[in-house]
Amino acid sequence: MAKIKCALIGSGNIGTDLIYKIKRSPVLEPVWMVGIDPESEGLKRAAAMGLKTTHLGVDGLLPHVLADEIQIAFDATSAYVHAENSRKLNELGVLMIDLTPAAIGPLCVPPVNLKEHAERAEKNVNMISCAGQATIPIVNAVSQIQTVEYAEIIASLSSKSVGPGTRANLDEFTYTTSNAIEKVGGAKKGKALCIINPAEPPMIMRNTIYCLTADKPDEEAITRSVLKMIKEVQKYVPGYRLVNGPVFDEVPQGHRVAVFMEVAGLGDYLPTYAGNLDIMTAAGTRTAEMFAEKMLAGEYNLKAQEA
Amino acid sequence: MAKRLKGRNITLHDMCLRDGMHAKREQISVAEMVRIAKGLDDAGIPYLQCTHGAGLGGNSLQHGFALASNEEYISAVASAVKNAKVSVLLLPGLGTMRELKSAYKEGARSVHVATHCTEADTSPQHIACARELGMDTTGFLMMAHLNDAKGLVKQAKLMESYGAQTVYVTDSAGFMLPEDVTERIEALRDALDPKTEIGFHGHHNMGMGIANSIAAVEAGASRIDASVAGMGAGAGNTPLEVFVAVVERMGANTGTDLFKLMDLAEDVIVPVMEKPVRIDRDSLTLGYAGVYSTFLLHAKRAAERFGVPARDVLVELGRKKMIGGQEDMIIDTAMTMAKERGLLKEKTLEEL
Repeated sequence: MAKIKCALIGSGNIGTDLIYKIKRSPVLEPVWMVGIDPESEGLKRAAAMGLKTTHLGVDGLLPHVLADEIQIAFDATSAYVHAENSRKLNELGVLMIDLTPAAIGPLCVPPVNLKEHAERAEKNVNMISCAGQATIPIVNAVSQIQTVEYAEIIASLSSKSVGPGTRANLDEFTYTTSNAIEKVGGAKKGKALCIINPAEPPMIMRNTIYCLTADKPDEEAITRSVLKMIKEVQKYVPGYRLVNGPVFDEVPQGHRVAVFMEVAGLGDYLPTYAGNLDIMTAAGTRTAEMFAEKMLAGEYNLKAQEA
Repeated sequence: MAKRLKGRNITLHDMCLRDGMHAKREQISVAEMVRIAKGLDDAGIPYLQCTHGAGLGGNSLQHGFALASNEEYISAVASAVKNAKVSVLLLPGLGTMRELKSAYKEGARSVHVATHCTEADTSPQHIACARELGMDTTGFLMMAHLNDAKGLVKQAKLMESYGAQTVYVTDSAGFMLPEDVTERIEALRDALDPKTEIGFHGHHNMGMGIANSIAAVEAGASRIDASVAGMGAGAGNTPLEVFVAVVERMGANTGTDLFKLMDLAEDVIVPVMEKPVRIDRDSLTLGYAGVYSTFLLHAKRAAERFGVPARDVLVELGRKKMIGGQEDMIIDTAMTMAKERGLLKEKTLEEL
């Protein structure tokens, strides 16, 4: 079967893990890896895995886009350079899957709204953040049943799984995730907290989701909706697991629903504790696949759309 | 020992309007804060910290909601004090630069930028932002007992390189003994720029708040966090007025008025407390097991809700190496323990 050719921009943890995920896809093929440091481990590994590499940034990739028939690019660099990367590649008819917190395109959480984005043939979709991918499905599952006045999520990440880019830009992570809890999760107000835990052996990614419902919660309907949503996410992240909840409490602020999740990764690039890495790359891959199917069926053509 | 402190100047930083918020479940009113702040200012306290217990961005289901916004507290306190500088706490991942700028606008002029003792590299944006605003900027290495002297030096140097003017060794769990403090502070003093100040923030869970703070000053620290009447998380912070009495006897200068501090503790702060901040079996467990002091009241609540003893939950959290900010894991741990003990059962999709 024909596959859609992909370029990966950013040779850090996310970019490297993506190689494994995309290689496994029936409709995607990783062809290029773009970095900025010729000595980086990510670029060397990509080359060893059979990808073409450049250390000249996106500009090193541009001359090859048409000849190598690149149709999808994944950007795992930083919010600061993403807009420019996206503009350059969109001009050449390449769909951009944004894994930075830049969020210039619509926010995508696959089980919630991927279908809509694919139908609208967007040219840039944003994957929010690992915490967003792990928690927004649950917020959405609750808000499908009842109005959520406020949702708050706490992501605990193992120190070893958080790269230098995320560390130096925690505020962007917070802003992007909080905004997406509202826009995609459906909460009237969202707040995101992030904790980096250095315990050894490293802890598996944990996520807690708190929702305050406007009215007294329908416990059975919410529990059913949450459990169904977890099954949807498990389709592309098998290690997405409910640990405790949904548990319902009356607190001074109102009716609180709490859900405690764990995300174990597939152990592709980083070990299984780094579920944060996996849920991001798996969601990105899932998103690309849905667009790729449309491309293969001739239902998505960015150049035609631009003209 | 007394000789080594003779003539030393110690800059005190009061914590009862920030760490003390934890002890009051964040329920100190603006009027109470202003009254306490005026008393602290009048007694010559140079820095007083005033925010939600978890700092900027702290208002949350995770950490509780205070009676007023951080901006309201800061603005009221900053306009009430004459000489004291108002400071705030900021934990990257919880608080953001937007909130720091808004705190500055309301009158905050000093900040503790706090990270876990191994994660200093999550603070460069916030430290740089504080310096740009012209704030007195501290890098605050929490749960410092979980990193050795060499490791702490590395983290402290990172914070110094981002622009921190002071670096703190923070004994969040009240776990350290004086020899642990001495070793770490001496290592920092040797490694950091002589112009960079060093501070110590203690908790009294093992009764070592005063002894540890003295050890810190002896080893080269010049800033000490303490709390009048000890009002703070766990068994409280180093009790400030007691510390002042002790170091005055040792010949050090704090520039504060001991009798005014004693009166403030007795007449104003103790009556504000919901219950005495003291070393009970749970707060002693925090210190003994090395658990974040703020976990105490959360663990007591979760224990009651799910029928497992708070001490068991705290010990399990210590074993799982949970750190400050992971208060959600207290409920989660209590629920998991309740399931293991047959006290709780949850339905699967098929059973619904």
